[in-house]
Amino acid sequence: MAEARLIQQKKWKSWKPVFAVSLLFLLLLLCGYTFLYLKHDPTLTNIGQRLQGSSMLHPLGTDHLGRDVLTRLLLGFRLTVGYSLLALLIAVLIGIPLGLIAGFRGGILDRLFMRIGDGFLAFPETIIAIVLSGLLGPGIVNLIFAIVLAKWVKYARLVRSTVMAEVQKDYIMAAKINGLPAWKIMTKHLLPHIIGNVAVTASLDFGKIILLISSLSYIGLGAQPPTPEWGAMLNESRPYFQMNPELMAYPGIAIVVVVLISNILGDWLRDRFDVKKEVDL
Amino acid sequence: MLKIIYRRLVEVLIFVLLITFVSFLFIRLAPGDPVLTILNVDELTVSQDQVEKLREDMGFNDPLIVQYGKWIMDYIQLDFGHSYITNQPVMDVLLAVLPATLELMLGSLVVMVVISITLGSLSALYRNTWIDQISRVFSIIGASIPSFWLGLILIDLFAVRLNWFPTMGRDSFISLILPSITLGVAMAGVYVRLIRSSLLDSLGQEFIRAARSRGIPESRIFIAHAFRHSLPPVITVFGVSMGSLIGGVVVVEVLFAYPGIGKLIVDSIRQRDYPLIQGYILIMACIVFIINTIVDISYRYVHPEIRLKGRRNG
Repeated sequence: MAEARLIQQKKWKSWKPVFAVSLLFLLLLLCGYTFLYLKHDPTLTNIGQRLQGSSMLHPLGTDHLGRDVLTRLLLGFRLTVGYSLLALLIAVLIGIPLGLIAGFRGGILDRLFMRIGDGFLAFPETIIAIVLSGLLGPGIVNLIFAIVLAKWVKYARLVRSTVMAEVQKDYIMAAKINGLPAWKIMTKHLLPHIIGNVAVTASLDFGKIILLISSLSYIGLGAQPPTPEWGAMLNESRPYFQMNPELMAYPGIAIVVVVLISNILGDWLRDRFDVKKEVDL
Repeated sequence: MLKIIYRRLVEVLIFVLLITFVSFLFIRLAPGDPVLTILNVDELTVSQDQVEKLREDMGFNDPLIVQYGKWIMDYIQLDFGHSYITNQPVMDVLLAVLPATLELMLGSLVVMVVISITLGSLSALYRNTWIDQISRVFSIIGASIPSFWLGLILIDLFAVRLNWFPTMGRDSFISLILPSITLGVAMAGVYVRLIRSSLLDSLGQEFIRAARSRGIPESRIFIAHAFRHSLPPVITVFGVSMGSLIGGVVVVEVLFAYPGIGKLIVDSIRQRDYPLIQGYILIMACIVFIINTIVDISYRYVHPEIRLKGRRNG
């Protein structure tokens, strides 16, 4: 009995990524569809058609300004995922070279950088994002900047610690003795070692960044209306939830699904690459 | 002990100096003029002379670095400035709402701890049964659900439709319940799994078998032996999660229009009330410093063999 359960569990485990990837594919298809063909203008208001239920013309109905919810939701997918990917990508692209250099060179640069990193790591990301968008002014560009500032340290640290372990090994020593220039050692020998770790951490971070962006957009510090970012959509239609709860349901479900996919894939990657199991928050 | 405190203090100081400096650089580039904000409070038209005079009075015409130096000096002398909008001393305003936020944080912590310990222990005890499955689904969803959306659902269900709780504000203990549940549930997901795996790990240890063979009752083994053994990793993550608690509380306060420091700061950001925002940074720095120090010390206490060095290199 217990064995049967174990097998069942294993089956589910191997199906989970397949499930997640196919969902992702479906979403990407939908997203690609919005690039090719948009039936409605996502920001075109039409007060005469406000707060309608589903119909052939508006499959998910319309919002309080008569805009088509499905169109906004699909565009929102592009925006939410796009913003998060952008923030993540910049953070990774800053973190990897800095971590490589700090780990490889050591010395004053490394110590200075560790100190700065400590300061940023001590603070919760949400607070960094809130404070920065407070000082720079609300808006999605500032929010992305804030997220990059909050996140790059993590990647730089991750890369640095991997590099420091790797540098001790003989093959790096051999490369050094052979007179291989430092940048070549970093790109040819060290970079391949860190990619796996970075990919796992990034995929686990992706969901969190989506949550952060949509939360801050909801409280008005991120994407501004009429941008159809999911958090901003929820913020805009909040006064109408009591009569039209579906306006609350769609963007929220969309966020949960995308974050869920990212979490499942992240877990799976972590198991695949056998990265040290840290509980990540 | 002193070393930990010193280390933590340096961390926080570096962060505050960096972030305030960056912000000073950017404030000038950012849209929105605080001088106009102050003068436009009453929706009156203002003359250019007035704008210039106030700008001069508030030191906005000095070079950036001079402004920054002045600000640092003021802070060292414990002069935190006045709110642009209400003209009250910044610290008075912030400290007045801080207790409400601390209450909410405590409430959320209680919810989080109760949920995660109960579900975590149950799913460890009844591993691979339906209880375990439910708790698994709970934590997967919990890690993926945005807290503000969960809060919206709870408000709609329990406050608007069933009318059991107030939708907003802070009148009595009752108004603390929904916000605490919102934040607590959103945070509990990770802990459920963590406590489960930590407990399973301890239950498989030799000393548990030894205790069983000595005939110690199962309930006592579970609480006194297995549970205690699985605390250290939980405390570590607990420390990390204090960060998401401090951050999450802002969103939940805005959602429930709860008059705490988070709602205050979001309002101040909309009004570009810089002295308040800077005061907020200072208070957050203090809170982060206190929490991180406590976590470090308690971590050493439960896990004496681990020194701080090994921990930070992750």
